Amino acid sequence: MVDAIYSLFGTEGPFLYLTAIVLSILAVVLPLLIAVAFAVYFDRKIWAAVQMRRGPNVVGPFGLLQSFADGLKLFLKETIIPAGANKAIFLIAPMLTFTLALISWAVIPFEARVAIADLNVGILYILAISSLGVYGIIMSGWASNSRYAFLGGLRSAAQMVSYEVSIGFVLVCVLVKVGSLNMTDIVLAQEGGIWNWHFIPYLPVYVIFFISALAETNRPPFDLPEAEAELVAGYQVEYSSMAFALFFLGEYANILLMSAVMAILFLGGWDAPLPILDFIPGWIWLLVKTAFGFWLIAMVKAFVPRYRYDQLMRLGWKVFLPLSLFFVVLYSGLKVAGVPLFS
Amino acid sequence: MAEVDIKNYSLNFGPQHPAAHGVLRMVLELDGEVMERVDPHIGLLHRGTEKLIENKQYLQAMPYFDRLDYVAPMNQEHAFVMAIEKLMEAEVPIRGQYVRVLFSEIGRVLNHLMNTLAHAMDVGALTPILWGFEEREKLMVFYERISGARLHAAFFRPGGVHQDLPAGLAEDIFKWSEEFPKVIQDLETLLIDNRIFKQRNVDIGVASVEDALDWAFSGPMLRSTGIPWDLRRSQPYEVYDKMDFNVCVGKHGDCYDRFMLRMAEMKESLKIIRQCLNEMPEGPVLSLDNKVAPPRRSEMKTSMEALIHHFKLYTEGIKVPEGEVYAAVEAPKGEFGVHLVSDGSNRPYRCKIRAPGYIHLQAMEFLCKGHMLADAPAILGAMDVVFGEVDR
Repeated sequence: MVDAIYSLFGTEGPFLYLTAIVLSILAVVLPLLIAVAFAVYFDRKIWAAVQMRRGPNVVGPFGLLQSFADGLKLFLKETIIPAGANKAIFLIAPMLTFTLALISWAVIPFEARVAIADLNVGILYILAISSLGVYGIIMSGWASNSRYAFLGGLRSAAQMVSYEVSIGFVLVCVLVKVGSLNMTDIVLAQEGGIWNWHFIPYLPVYVIFFISALAETNRPPFDLPEAEAELVAGYQVEYSSMAFALFFLGEYANILLMSAVMAILFLGGWDAPLPILDFIPGWIWLLVKTAFGFWLIAMVKAFVPRYRYDQLMRLGWKVFLPLSLFFVVLYSGLKVAGVPLFS
Repeated sequence: MAEVDIKNYSLNFGPQHPAAHGVLRMVLELDGEVMERVDPHIGLLHRGTEKLIENKQYLQAMPYFDRLDYVAPMNQEHAFVMAIEKLMEAEVPIRGQYVRVLFSEIGRVLNHLMNTLAHAMDVGALTPILWGFEEREKLMVFYERISGARLHAAFFRPGGVHQDLPAGLAEDIFKWSEEFPKVIQDLETLLIDNRIFKQRNVDIGVASVEDALDWAFSGPMLRSTGIPWDLRRSQPYEVYDKMDFNVCVGKHGDCYDRFMLRMAEMKESLKIIRQCLNEMPEGPVLSLDNKVAPPRRSEMKTSMEALIHHFKLYTEGIKVPEGEVYAAVEAPKGEFGVHLVSDGSNRPYRCKIRAPGYIHLQAMEFLCKGHMLADAPAILGAMDVVFGEVDR
């Protein structure tokens, strides 16, 4: 993607290359932030529909501009820093969360080889960045110097670490078949229509991945770090204004990222479901599939109660870990045996 | 290495807390996530109701009862007017009794809808409460149609109820009672078989029969342990003895049983509501004794005696003979009692209110001990406390 933009300049030079990098980042981040704004709207509308409410419908046509109005409101508010807080860490934490949520998108391919960085270890990169995501939450929980925030931070750390393990094993299942850590290669391995997509042979691990993704992004039923009924808002409790907005945007950017990763791993990424539909650009397919993943995540929120902390841990370590481990063995075995769908 | 004294982590749960059901402050001592000690602090909503009542005429004191448990207002009024009637030995016309029972049961549905679904919200299920609120809204409209107020009805009067049902209300309530089971079913499909909901509630906050009796539980909290104690059945008042309904009981005394019990009680209330509507006789709804209730307005225009009574009742108020009485009703939250001492004047000498929530809240400590922090909202939610009546 960077090279494509660079070649548009016609001439060469280190400064122009830097410009090309910045331009390609903007080309991803700006649409992403707009997508986040609409994702929030989408989320609220789905939730409202399930609850037989109308949801946002005042600002702009069908309330479409609601998220922008909310953003503006947060922007104009005062940033309150609690007296007992560690000021520097308190302010760095939301920035960290937000930045980490955005930089994962560097390796997401929108078409074959169209990514900011077409890393050959793309999956590892995403795992690494999402592991770092927990720092933002721990830092905010600790720096707020509030008991609710602290408990929220602790819960979050334990939760994200636990579910990353099973996410890792799910990824291994897919990688064993594809034989590459590159995101584009993973999609290329599924090209040619819906019957080639991974969700058919890998349905069980798709489900495990989906549930782990809920836990990873702190969505219900795993929203313990910000459990309203006990911790009020958990690690975000002391945040206001833009600092809160950064957490909020980061959270939704992460949810979209998880939806996109699900689309790439299991739903064929940019691949059209039928070869006849190839004339529609790939990025639209990716968008549709990401929206589908997001829709699933949004629906879950409307239906489920929240797990308790110990139940969450039990589910993570005693159910998902052995299960995903079993599937690693199963799928590796199928690959070695040379079963067509799995190798 | 020197020995380190590890302190428990203390956490202020409330008074501003989304799951505190009003203004409860609980000081929790946590060992990790496990609650070691729970210390409920009450009084943040104290308005001096009992003292205020001493300075009000009987009828003026009545609206305070709406403001105790504001989730089911008419049930509280009921206990107060019953106490007055007992002291005055006043009779309530049979139709008045039916209307009272009808609206007491509507109050029960109002309360149980609010409580069960807020309980579900406390364990994280955010959808049911919004479904339930739509139904509550309909019931509030019934309140409004009969009394003019959606919440603080002030509808029950010594000697009966303020007014007869307006035209069409009985039909509309009946229609609602036919549609409502569908809503209960929807809510049940969303919650009772939900594994997460079960995991969060089964065996949480268990109270044994002995505990329940020792802590003077009543209402659903008591029945969830398996004791079929219901004032509507054991000491029938009004026309409850003519009603055909079941007293629901639980088995384990945990949060899940309390939830299920309330769901079942809503269905029983529906039965009573339908019976009331079907069997309600014609006749006056307010006592014809002019010492208890004001005369009809038309009478007042023609009869000198009625005019005098009207004047006396609205200037001096009701004169209640000297005496002491305890009247209790089966309010949705448990036994709601009023201990009234009269010195023969037009104001109560003392009015002690027995609010079920106040008594249940004391059990918070032993119900919560050893459970996780996240169980506190679940236990509190299943306990069904409203701070209007706890703090009074």
